[in-house]
Amino acid sequence: MIANLAFYLFSFILLASAVMVVTSRNPVHAVLFLILGFVNAAVLFLLTGAEFLAFILAIVYVGAVAVIFLFVVMMLDVDFVALNEGFQRYAPVGALVALIMFIELAFIAGNWAIAPAGGADRMFPTPDNVTSSVALGNLLYTSYLPVFQLSGIVLLVAMIGAIVLTHRDRKRSLHQNLSAQHARDPKQTLALVNAPLGQGAALPAKQTHEETL
Amino acid sequence: MTMPFWDTDTGIVILTLLKTLALVVPLLIGVAYLTYFERKVMGAIQLRKGPNVVGPFGLWQPFADAIKMLMKETILPTGSDKVLFILAPMITFGLAIIAWAVMPVNNGWAIANINVGVLYLFAVSSLGVYGIIIAGWASNSKYAFLGALRSAAQMVSYEVSMGFVMVTVLILAGSQNLNDIVLAQKHLWFAIPLFPVFIIFFISGLAETNRAPFDLAEGESEIVAGFFVEYSSMSFGLFFLGEYANMILISGMTTTLFLGGWLSPIPFAPFTMIPGPLWFIFKVLICLFVFVWVRATLPRLRYDQLMALGWKVFLPISLVYLVLVAGVMEYSGLLAHA
Repeated sequence: MIANLAFYLFSFILLASAVMVVTSRNPVHAVLFLILGFVNAAVLFLLTGAEFLAFILAIVYVGAVAVIFLFVVMMLDVDFVALNEGFQRYAPVGALVALIMFIELAFIAGNWAIAPAGGADRMFPTPDNVTSSVALGNLLYTSYLPVFQLSGIVLLVAMIGAIVLTHRDRKRSLHQNLSAQHARDPKQTLALVNAPLGQGAALPAKQTHEETL
Repeated sequence: MTMPFWDTDTGIVILTLLKTLALVVPLLIGVAYLTYFERKVMGAIQLRKGPNVVGPFGLWQPFADAIKMLMKETILPTGSDKVLFILAPMITFGLAIIAWAVMPVNNGWAIANINVGVLYLFAVSSLGVYGIIIAGWASNSKYAFLGALRSAAQMVSYEVSMGFVMVTVLILAGSQNLNDIVLAQKHLWFAIPLFPVFIIFFISGLAETNRAPFDLAEGESEIVAGFFVEYSSMSFGLFFLGEYANMILISGMTTTLFLGGWLSPIPFAPFTMIPGPLWFIFKVLICLFVFVWVRATLPRLRYDQLMALGWKVFLPISLVYLVLVAGVMEYSGLLAHA
């Protein structure tokens, strides 16, 4: 009984927050509703017994991806008046896209059939009384190993690509070489001078940027 | 045949509520007295007396502070996002409390003894950043926003190495259940074979809780008070208490993952008779003392140093150590195959 109540409660919140993502005027609010949606999706996973997936969803999407989302959206300077300007012009096109999507979705939903064995699987999400993370690991590291490794490589390539695209050495950037700094000894940087009265100390010879590192 | 009351739906709900109460009330008192503990320890380190006026040895000081905080006026800055502004401290404090649901304080004494306890803790601590970002944005103030951005980048960076350290612990214990992890340390605390990553975990914990020397999110000298500049009264109080609750949480995590949880450090007669929760509290107190000690000793890091430490030192070390531990466990045949 409690599980059923929880299911309806969290699916309702999930759907409501999904609607709010689309309709809220403030983009930051939209992202926050998206996060609420993610959390509720994780809870739904939890209710079906997929605890590993639930927490991975929370960690990866809510804890990392959505933070970056929120970061970017908060930095945007959104002009709400300009945002609503072209509404009447673009509304018909938007409505057309929405209609096509709706027909497609209705088509899929109308032809949806659940495999006969699926119902039995649903009752026992994890086989043989092992925890869901063990069950998942047994699949990922045996039957699906090549696909799993391949997706890892795709992510690696994406990461290297992002670094290559954004990394540039501005010649004047003031980064430090910590080990070079620690390896310095006082003689290189410090000179004690007895300045004669009325003359002051002579300036040391100019050092290059590399030497001062 | 009738079911016993505690197995019915209503019974389970009531039992869980009672368990939660039994955990949260001592925890909140602990949070209040941690502020007192910190001020006393810092006072001793800095050759001062610390709070000593309100009550015997200043023991009523936390309550005096709480009453003062409640009596202050709540100020909502103009141009702030009112709902989010009030929600942010609640998120911070709430997350610091709900993480305790899976923490075992004795054998089997957790509100929820779930299979993926470590993942739960990691998920909750990774959500902690939202309270801070939302506070910074909703305040509509540049200092608060800068503090929030700093803090978000910092927490996301240190979480990565923290995650790898947790995976290393999982490999040694062969389970994600916190109760099993503690029981796996019966003969050897994980702090000993995993000493380098234990240190990394604790330092990352300092960074996760925005404590000195990683408290750049509230760097007084540059951005006034960072993300909670605009907060007053009890909403400020919730941030303040949330920070201390998070400290206790990180200390509890360190105790559970590395210091043998509720297990007695000396496994024979007079010591094993001391109940487990007392050992747990004792170990948490030692971790908290180190938190305060670090705050009173070390100066704040510069921002680029903080990022360099997280990404260029901690991440490679924890990653290599993870591979090393996994390799040793696999080839020595100690790995617990499920």
